[in-house]
Amino acid sequence: MTDHNHSDTLIPDEGLAPASTALPTADVLEELATPPRSQWRDVWDQFKTHKGAMLGAVLFIFIVAAVYLGPFLWTIDPTQIDIRSRNQGPSFAHPFGTDQLGRDIMARMMSGGQTSVSVGITAMLLALFLGSFIGVVAGFFRRLDGPLMRLTDLFLALPLLPLLLVMMLLFREPLSAAFGLERGIFILIVCAIGITSWMPTARIVRGDVLAIKEREFVLAARSIGTSNSQIITRHILPNVLSPIMVSATLGIATAIITESALSFLGLGFPPDFPTWGRLLFDGVDYLQQYPERVFWPGLAISLTVLSVNYLGDGLRDALDPRIRGR
Amino acid sequence: MLNFTIRRLILAVPTLLFISLVIFLLLELAPGDPMAQVPLTVPPEVKEKMREALGLGQPMHIRFWKWIVQFFWIEPQVLIDAMFGTTFSEGDLRVISWQTRSPVMDIVVQRIPQTLWVVGTAYVVAILIALPIGIYSAYRQYSWFDQMGTFVSMIGFSVPPFFSGVLVIVIFSVQLGWFPSIYDTTLVVNSWDSFVLQLKQMIMPVMVLALQITAQLSRFMRASMLDNLNQDYVRTARAKGLSEYVVVMVHVLRNSMIPVVTVIALGIPAIFGGAIITEQVFKVNGIGQLLIGAIQANDLPMVQTLTFIFAVLIVLFNLIADVLYGILDPRIRYD
Amino acid sequence: MKIKTLLLGAIASTAMAPMAMAERGSDGNVSIIYWQAPSILNPFLSGGTKDVEASSLVIEPLARYDQDGNMVPFLASEIPTVENGGVSEDLTSITWKIAPGITWSDGTPFTSADVKFTADYCMDPDGGCAQVTKFEGVTAVEAVDDLTVKVTFDKPTPFPYGPFVGGESPIIQAAQFADCTGAKAPECTDQNFNPIGTGPFVVTEFKPNDVITFQANDNYRDPAKPAFASVTFKGGGDATAAGRAVMETGEFDYAWNLQLAPEVIAQMQEGGKGTPVAGFGPLVERIMLNQTNPSPDLPEGERSTAAHPHPFLQDPAVYKAMSMAIDRPLLVEIGYGQAGKVTCNWVPAPAAFNSTSMTCDTQDIEGAKKMLDDAGIVDTDGDGVREKDGVPLKVVYQTSTNAVRQDFQALIKEWWSQIGIESELRNINASVFFGGDPGSPDTFQKFYADVEMYANTFNGTDPQSYLGNGLCDKAPRPDSQWQGENISRFCNEEFDKLHAQLAETAGLEQRAAIATQLNDIIVQNGGMIPLVHRGRLSAHANTLGGVVLNVWDSELWNIADWYRKTGS
Repeated sequence: MTDHNHSDTLIPDEGLAPASTALPTADVLEELATPPRSQWRDVWDQFKTHKGAMLGAVLFIFIVAAVYLGPFLWTIDPTQIDIRSRNQGPSFAHPFGTDQLGRDIMARMMSGGQTSVSVGITAMLLALFLGSFIGVVAGFFRRLDGPLMRLTDLFLALPLLPLLLVMMLLFREPLSAAFGLERGIFILIVCAIGITSWMPTARIVRGDVLAIKEREFVLAARSIGTSNSQIITRHILPNVLSPIMVSATLGIATAIITESALSFLGLGFPPDFPTWGRLLFDGVDYLQQYPERVFWPGLAISLTVLSVNYLGDGLRDALDPRIRGR
Repeated sequence: MLNFTIRRLILAVPTLLFISLVIFLLLELAPGDPMAQVPLTVPPEVKEKMREALGLGQPMHIRFWKWIVQFFWIEPQVLIDAMFGTTFSEGDLRVISWQTRSPVMDIVVQRIPQTLWVVGTAYVVAILIALPIGIYSAYRQYSWFDQMGTFVSMIGFSVPPFFSGVLVIVIFSVQLGWFPSIYDTTLVVNSWDSFVLQLKQMIMPVMVLALQITAQLSRFMRASMLDNLNQDYVRTARAKGLSEYVVVMVHVLRNSMIPVVTVIALGIPAIFGGAIITEQVFKVNGIGQLLIGAIQANDLPMVQTLTFIFAVLIVLFNLIADVLYGILDPRIRYD
Repeated sequence: MKIKTLLLGAIASTAMAPMAMAERGSDGNVSIIYWQAPSILNPFLSGGTKDVEASSLVIEPLARYDQDGNMVPFLASEIPTVENGGVSEDLTSITWKIAPGITWSDGTPFTSADVKFTADYCMDPDGGCAQVTKFEGVTAVEAVDDLTVKVTFDKPTPFPYGPFVGGESPIIQAAQFADCTGAKAPECTDQNFNPIGTGPFVVTEFKPNDVITFQANDNYRDPAKPAFASVTFKGGGDATAAGRAVMETGEFDYAWNLQLAPEVIAQMQEGGKGTPVAGFGPLVERIMLNQTNPSPDLPEGERSTAAHPHPFLQDPAVYKAMSMAIDRPLLVEIGYGQAGKVTCNWVPAPAAFNSTSMTCDTQDIEGAKKMLDDAGIVDTDGDGVREKDGVPLKVVYQTSTNAVRQDFQALIKEWWSQIGIESELRNINASVFFGGDPGSPDTFQKFYADVEMYANTFNGTDPQSYLGNGLCDKAPRPDSQWQGENISRFCNEEFDKLHAQLAETAGLEQRAAIATQLNDIIVQNGGMIPLVHRGRLSAHANTLGGVVLNVWDSELWNIADWYRKTGS
């Protein structure tokens, strides 16, 4: 915003003449002595002015802090059963109440959040990476388009549940042996979700790339001898960022819910291991008696998704040079 | 473009055969047993006999070949017989479900109307709502309308149907008593009254499903419109003195449709595939419910046939999407 | 107490039933919801409870069990016994007399040829009949005359009521199924979806795995029954929705097998539109203790086999302490409410077979600790887990996915941790867990865990073959493709001998005496830890009369007597 012209020297596709063509004045020389503002600094400056993005960031950091640091302040063990105080409403001893076995719901929300947030984000990133990579490669290189898109069709067609069952059958024991029980299952779940949810992103990104690679600025870049990888990273990727960001926000919600479906089917974490999705699922039966039991996990999932959505909005705006100029 | 379409259609045949083989192998490899739902009181020797009677004793390649013949040779004959009253397929063994011992295709035909009614309507409703929301949200970015739209669609997407479905049932069926909580698949719509009943029982599942689809579609629409609204050609169009309506609804919209077309094309096979959880919650016994039931009962011929039909639809609609890209943006060429 | 009142209430309302019922079909439609949808109406090809019960509206056996487990004649004129000469003195044959004047729903007479055909149909080796155990030991079924059938067994059979008794063994029409025997059985879709029967209803439309519509059978033997003109039988969904549809929204009249938390049932009951009813068969939720070593370090093929005994679960101090640490009344209260009772027995019903030699209704953590201490099984390395001969008492505890079972797992894990036994919990998708796929490591037969929890029961009222599940040679092994009912690999010579004796003993009292001994042997020697005697909980609308919950036969056994209560 403020130092817009200076930053342009670092962005070649804006087409401004490099600073070196003009005679350096004392003024400029002095500025050159201080380190140049990086592109990321500008991105950050733009990001800061985006109210939604800041709100999203604060919310997201708050959620992550609450689930990871919360247990240090709230030291009740989430699996500790206190059968005498089951089904209690909110109180000082249990701010969110207790469940049908007398386990503290606040502690369970925190410990469940650790799993849900980490599974959600890792699985989303994996799916996003796979989807964007395959989408860009398929859209950009005509020769690879056919095979990669047929692969996408294949993955879209495979029935999810048998696929997951086979993955669990083949990889659960080796992974548990190599990384320990919980970490092994974590890796397996993240991979299972990632591998089964990259296809829409790939199709969407490819569609956009097909259109963008025929645009004039790509032709121009190609005509001055820019290599394929540079065209992709500098010209194509920034322009398909918005569908990727949308996929990311939707992906994190899907990943959290899919994780709960997996553990419900007995394919995920051990049954006494709380996650938000699982708490929500277990709470549905008690919807009428104890509505707060579905309220807290539902709220947590929604807030996480909402915060990631605003973060994504802000990030997209900040990374778009056209908007950043305004 | 025609050449491309024909080439892709021809290529689709080996692709689909390969997909069917992969599905078959996957189902073979997956743990499970068609006798899992038979009570424990039936001894294992009897279960073994029952498995043999299902043809499970035969080697894998023979069973795959049998399915190919039954699906690609005998089922089309049955279809022709049904349409023209001929008797080509008489005496031939069709694809038989292990759960019901009846032809799979008969059950699929029975289930399709429910799924199309409910999931199809939800899709149409969602598209009709999502596109205007997406367009207007982008046009008035960060207006209160946009903020509300974002908020509602994000909540809508992050609340899974196993919860939202039960929630609307508790509110509208249990508390208010407006709508039935269980979908009546035997209802025949032949009068105004029965049509009203049909609408009543459709409202809740359609609502729950449409919320999810709307959330997804409107986000993509909005993002894509935002990308295009800042392009140079928009400035040019405005500079030429085109009306704002023409600029947005013709120039920008057309260029923004590519990701939306992709999402819709991905979604249409899902209409036929049904919405598994929503169908379960509302007892709309459609294709999705059929598939999950078949998977749980390890009814391999049923799962194989259903997933193969989805595969055909997926390949077909992805082809249609590719053709549409070319129409929306003539610069996209495949040859 | 509550159950008893409910049952009495139900019986009282049946007693008044005849007054309310004037003529056939006068009470309109009755709607039933099963959260598992029937997929076929031929119980010989399925064996699933949902299919057996749905078909019981149409096809009937010669005799059924009533709500107390007594046999009552349905198509037969009386129950054959040794006293009335129906069963031969040497116990090798039984002769059934068919009640005269019974017709099929198509108007043709019901004869002994149909009964004989049914036996041939099920005993055909290529047919894959699910109920073939009912015909175990049968050498011949003869139609003596039109209304007399004689069943001959290969050896003296003290309990000859296997064939043609109970919902699993109904009679199908010979004329309809004549071309459907052997390998052709599965191809007869029309017959399997719409069997001709003698029951109160006939199928009008069958949508597999979805909904069945029935209408009253015009040729039913009692001209005043059934009171309902039609039945809608909806399937699918989940138990919560089914319970809600009967007790809260009133859309359905009868919901089957509501396995729900007691608080959820109580909440639904407040809806005021329906009433839950409970009945008890021999179903027992139990923890099976693996007698063999399931360690993943053992080579495949030796894991969980008799070649390697379990390092600590065979120690009486260990399994007794594990049982003592469990608070069974609490489990009942949390998981089953009025549909559960505390039990220490493997065979808790019928009453004559219920052993009274053990008590287990109080939790005794201190006693359990002391027992382990006395046996020298103590925590030597200070990690909170006891060791026996250097092996820490850590168990893998698996079960199928089910909300109540996961709550039980969490509770029992907690109690066991208090006595120094650590458990790792696993839950497995029911279709994998109960499936017999020898390639899967997660089936309950393979038992690649130290302990596992599930429920099992037996059909009818005689537990002889069920008690056979404790025989040494019935253990699942690699060479039997991991098939076999002796899940815990229990092996006890005395048990095997006593079971052989049971097979030769006639007379209820003597049989019951032996059966209770067998029950005690397996429980006291650590084959299993029985937890809860589970009942069946169903719900019916308050306007529906005549419901008598029956756990020994099809729940819909007396649907001909159901009626709509007037004035409500």
